[in-house]
Amino acid sequence: MTAIKVESASRRSSPGGRDQGRKGPAIGRRLPGGRFLVGLPPYLWLGLFFALPFLIVLKISLAETQIGIPPYKPLLDWAQAGVLELRLNLGNYRTLFSDDLYVIAYLNSLKIAAVSTVLCLLVGYPMAYGIARSSDRHRNALLMLVVLPFWTSFLIRVYAWMGILKTEGLLNAFLLWIGVILQPLQILETDLAVYIGIVYSYLPFMVLPLYATLEKMDRSLLEAAADLGCRPFRAFLSVTLPLSIPGMVAGSMLVFIPAVGEFVIPDLLGGPDTLMIAKILWSEFFDNRDWPVASAIAVAMLVALVAPIMIFQHFQRRATE
Amino acid sequence: MRFRIAICLIALGLSIWSAAPARAAEEKVLNVYNWSDYIAPDTLQKFTAETGIKVNYDVYDSNEVLAAKLQAGDSGYDVVFPSASPFLAQQVKAGLYREIDRSQIPNWSGLDPAVLKILAVADPSNAHAVPYMISATGIGFNIDKVKALLPPGTKLDSWSLLFDPAILAKLKGCGVTFLDTPTEVFPAALAYLGKDPTSQSLDDLAAAAAVASKARPYLKYIHSSKYINDLANGDICLAHGFVGDLVQARNRAKEAGKDVHIGIIIPREGAVLGIDSMAIPIDAPHPNNALKFINFIIRPEIVSAITNTVGYANAVIPARALVKPDILTDPVIYPPEAVRAKEFLVPPASPQYERARTRAWIKVKTGL
Repeated sequence: MTAIKVESASRRSSPGGRDQGRKGPAIGRRLPGGRFLVGLPPYLWLGLFFALPFLIVLKISLAETQIGIPPYKPLLDWAQAGVLELRLNLGNYRTLFSDDLYVIAYLNSLKIAAVSTVLCLLVGYPMAYGIARSSDRHRNALLMLVVLPFWTSFLIRVYAWMGILKTEGLLNAFLLWIGVILQPLQILETDLAVYIGIVYSYLPFMVLPLYATLEKMDRSLLEAAADLGCRPFRAFLSVTLPLSIPGMVAGSMLVFIPAVGEFVIPDLLGGPDTLMIAKILWSEFFDNRDWPVASAIAVAMLVALVAPIMIFQHFQRRATE
Repeated sequence: MRFRIAICLIALGLSIWSAAPARAAEEKVLNVYNWSDYIAPDTLQKFTAETGIKVNYDVYDSNEVLAAKLQAGDSGYDVVFPSASPFLAQQVKAGLYREIDRSQIPNWSGLDPAVLKILAVADPSNAHAVPYMISATGIGFNIDKVKALLPPGTKLDSWSLLFDPAILAKLKGCGVTFLDTPTEVFPAALAYLGKDPTSQSLDDLAAAAAVASKARPYLKYIHSSKYINDLANGDICLAHGFVGDLVQARNRAKEAGKDVHIGIIIPREGAVLGIDSMAIPIDAPHPNNALKFINFIIRPEIVSAITNTVGYANAVIPARALVKPDILTDPVIYPPEAVRAKEFLVPPASPQYERARTRAWIKVKTGL
């Protein structure tokens, strides 16, 4: 019963929506360029802070190295009077495939990011669910607790994990004290510490979109399921879980994409053998001072990340339809 | 209309983008970029009181950060403190620094010719850089633990402590660490092998990498600063480290009052010498003030006060009389002549050799 009522209500609201849509152009006609101006900031933002830096990186990735300021040669050069020469050096991209190191490091980054994303989902889902189902009074406090860590610097929080995880750190001291272990565990400087660091740091990015979808969810659907004799757990599986997929996808992308390029966490918590693409990029940039190859890695990483971003957008579009 | 607004906004963006710092002709300002905790508390005040030049003092904690800023150009700094090797050497080659006008540096005469001669490996004929603080690379160890684990009579004076698998096997349990820098580990490995530690042959590089790879399974970690605290706390017992940092660890252990006693050696086979220098970027906005500052810093009273604060040796001979006796007589800070004679600077290398060195180091660390 309830479900049907909801549907009719939404149908009733739609003509009004279309009506408002008709009013829009009327205002637009009265203020020429108004809509254009409103639409401009996002494009300007993307242009200035995404496209422009990316084009600079792309340009450097096609340059040749030189010893000087800047440490790469210009692409355009006046070879003779009146002849403008464009030199594109694709050798930097070839370097990426001349040595297994880059591909292996990239695959390893993907693996670490994927495992961290699954862990974030497993930890974050119950949290988001709990917050969405809590009373109004508690909800804001709980959300606040999720966001609160952002008030301190990310770097300081990662350093705090060093204090917790090291052999004579808080965790080992506690485990020794309750007698679970006899020897302190080596957690810091291992891949495990990297997973802990990434899951901890990115958990809010998983919890918040999940919370947003779960909170928006129409509870009357669960009532309908109960009316039709569905047990709560079954209702969760066949109603709540499918409806929260957009949140799961959004959260997973927000965790996965930055985790692939994560540098600080593997650098501080990981061991010297933790191989991630961002560390290789750092070493190209600072040890070899080879800006072109470092830029080529950055461009290759971006291209390889476009696929997950497209999937993300596809799901988002489906969710909003 | 729309088009014009867009153009205006883009032009605004570009003008912000390209706005360079204004350069008035030598205003009374000096922009200094130095390592953190690397100066005496009153040095800058004294300089300003004497010259009326206001100092903007900025700090960094890695040569790479400095190198990246200088390479990008327009850093705005007037005096920077690059380490001689490999950084100063590469940067001099890249033309990142101004020549120093020695007629403006009367205190130059106090500089130790032996240090200048080593520094000339990085900066031919000492044209661009003035030595600031000096420290070798060595080994720091927990005296009690290491002596208990090694057979009695083992001499603690050689790189074999760091590279000999027989010794490492005994020390593995209590923690051995390497610096995370190929330009420190490979020369040390070559010295251990009895080869020329400044060699740039690829065969020698491979030999050094093989020695380091054999030592790798015995290491607790490879890191360039973590060992300072861990050695002081007794969490590790043998660390490849910069002597200045090892001295800091030794002092911290003493202050903490824990039962940790730290010994420091500069291995007898010879060690890398670290010279931090003062140099003026080619595009420095206040080069004359920079010269005044450099001349001021190497004045004996000033540089000795810095040494007394930070615990590193300086290169000014007349300053020694003013250095605290416990620092001056410390054989790892002011080493005896025989040790100093074997210290060396890693010479600048070709980009191909550097790439091979970086790659070999990644292989040592990850096995890949």
